[in-house]
Amino acid sequence: MELAIDVQNLNKRFGDKHVVRDLSLRVRTGEIFGFLGPNGSGKTTSIRMLCGLLTPDSGSGRCLGYDVLTQSGEIKRQVGYMTQKFSLWDDLTIAENLEFVARMFGMSGRREAVDRALDDLGLAGRRNQLAGTLSGGWKQRLALAACLLHRPRLLLLDEPTAGVDPKARRDFWEEIHRLSAAGITILVSTHYMDEAERCHRLAYLSYGSLLAAGTADEVIAAQQLATWELSGPGLTGLGAELRRLPGVEQVASFGALLHVSGADVATLQPELERFCHAHGLALERVGSTLEDVFIRLMQHSPDPFQEAS
Amino acid sequence: MSRSPLSRFSLQRWLGIVIKEFIQLKRDRLTFGMIIGIPIIQLTLFGFAINSDPKHLPTAVVMAEASPFSRAYLAAMQNSDYFDLVGSVASEREAQRLLDRGDVQFVITFPAGFQRALVRGEQPALLVEADATDPVAAGGAISVLNKLGNEVFTPDLPGFHPPAKQLVELRIHKRYNPEGVTAYNIVPGLMGVILTMTMVLMTGLAMTRERERGTFENLLATPATPLEVMTGKIVPYILIGLIQVSLVLLAARFIFGVPMLGSLLLLYAVVLLFICANLTLGITFSSIARNQLQAMQMTFFFFLPSILLSGFMFPFRGMPGWAQAIGNCLPLTHFLVLVRGILLKGNDYSLLWPQVWPILAFMAVVLGVGLKTFRRTLD
Ligand SMILES: Nc1ncnc2c1ncn2[C@@H]1O[C@H](COP(=O)(O)OP(=O)(O)OP(=O)(O)O)[C@@H](O)[C@H]1O
Ligand SMILES: [Mg+2]
Repeated sequence: MELAIDVQNLNKRFGDKHVVRDLSLRVRTGEIFGFLGPNGSGKTTSIRMLCGLLTPDSGSGRCLGYDVLTQSGEIKRQVGYMTQKFSLWDDLTIAENLEFVARMFGMSGRREAVDRALDDLGLAGRRNQLAGTLSGGWKQRLALAACLLHRPRLLLLDEPTAGVDPKARRDFWEEIHRLSAAGITILVSTHYMDEAERCHRLAYLSYGSLLAAGTADEVIAAQQLATWELSGPGLTGLGAELRRLPGVEQVASFGALLHVSGADVATLQPELERFCHAHGLALERVGSTLEDVFIRLMQHSPDPFQEAS
Repeated sequence: MSRSPLSRFSLQRWLGIVIKEFIQLKRDRLTFGMIIGIPIIQLTLFGFAINSDPKHLPTAVVMAEASPFSRAYLAAMQNSDYFDLVGSVASEREAQRLLDRGDVQFVITFPAGFQRALVRGEQPALLVEADATDPVAAGGAISVLNKLGNEVFTPDLPGFHPPAKQLVELRIHKRYNPEGVTAYNIVPGLMGVILTMTMVLMTGLAMTRERERGTFENLLATPATPLEVMTGKIVPYILIGLIQVSLVLLAARFIFGVPMLGSLLLLYAVVLLFICANLTLGITFSSIARNQLQAMQMTFFFFLPSILLSGFMFPFRGMPGWAQAIGNCLPLTHFLVLVRGILLKGNDYSLLWPQVWPILAFMAVVLGVGLKTFRRTLD
């Protein structure tokens, strides 16, 4: 299998903060690769290292076959990078922004490409509006259009759907899958579980370390987390009590239901059965979700440095 | 290495940056106002303050001898409106103190035996000490004094026969500023000062602005090279500099009557060189500074010696050796010599090289530093 991204042991420190630790990542050509992890876990930093915006302190690897340390020029030409924070020019119009990007990538047929992008976006009628005056969601869509303009082989999307409405989000993911089918590799960071489930494969980063990688099912299976669904009258007040039971790691409410998870099935199963019997609740073993698994991962990785904020 | 074809200069990318900068500049009302506003404000402040012909200058008199002649002379001085007699002082020492403190602009000393010498036609000396720190301020008054001598003493004073020559010899001691910089010197100099300030500042902000707004990340993610970015960002400001210079030149010609002896084309060529030197410095500051405030501080750090040690504020030859050495490194120093040479002396290109190469050297060094410090990454 051909690899679009293949990096080993990337490290990055800011001062004495070790932000990315020994990151090794393999992303196959044409797949949608989800990049997950709590705030400050180093997702943005890792993406920046992949496209040459930050120099790794150590490590090696290739991106689209080019060396990430020495060939960032070649990488930049074939990568579409969408920044987490909107970073197109507020004081240029929508069309001017796209034209500028097209010029930067030395595109021929610039005018047509820009017009097509505007039509696809549905912004043709507002082409002369200043980008700074767009709403947050529209800014995201413009930024995506801008990084697709030069037909990159690899897309690095840093939380592309933050603040985007559900319809636009669905359209966005349809587009992502279309691109993937056309052979473009996509690495996308997100905090949304439904988006994570739409990815072919995932990586979970916590405090700079890669804790899990694989398909959603593999990631879930690897954690060996068991989950039960509790239902019945008077559930709402019981959360705190449940949390104190031996073996319980997570309790989460879903409307009228409670999900209780833990890895230690031998302890948890009899405890829950006794509890439900005592309170007259129904108990059912269900499959763990990605969210259950990620919350467990978060709880089990100690914070190596205190966030100042 | 595989990097070489990429670091090739791309005209399309460069043009893209130039166009973007022009559009952004067009929409930036504040900067646009500054471009037109700074020359006008500075011209008004410096040009008019200097060129105005100040009157009612405080004057002290040392009378070694009170006579009808000296009294008539003093009365005429007061009538001219240029002098306000603040009083008679007894000694030269006291007059000196007044002058030192800046309480008076002039001290006029009538020597003993003034009247007798005058009547005999011996051309007695009248000592005028002028505070010439602001030379132009004193200039108008002194020229009036020159005329007064014959006017006062010619009329029908009994027993007096006017000789053909000057009746009174004026001995003028200009104090504090012997070189006597004039408005002719200052208006062309102002051009250099305005360019130094606006060019360095505006480009100084150009890159840090991108960094602060976060757009730098997008710019870096494109294949644009440092040389393309730096030179592309400079171009619009070259045009602005030329507009500013034209404003100052128009004012110099039609408001201040500064003579323009040399070739205008040559002048613009020199101006272009100077603008480029300043822009290079600004863009380099911009790539070193972390934020706009730092860029601003660097600009002022450079602006101060430029104004003080270039010969704009103080006569260059009057400065100590170390100050001249610093001054010689600054483009403004050489620019002043060039502009004054072209405008006032009508110098042609054959005389320019000694001042042109230091500016070129400055530019080369600064551009080198700029390209070295340009951060291709966000580290
Ligand atoms: N330029 C920098 N200088 C110093 N520290 C930095 C810098 N950039 C990031 N960091 C630190 O690195 C850590 C990881 O940041 P990063 O932006 O990569 O996280 P993230 O996973 O993208 O978070 P989020 O989900 O909030 O976007 C954070 O603790 C952050 O404070
Ligand atoms: Mg981030």
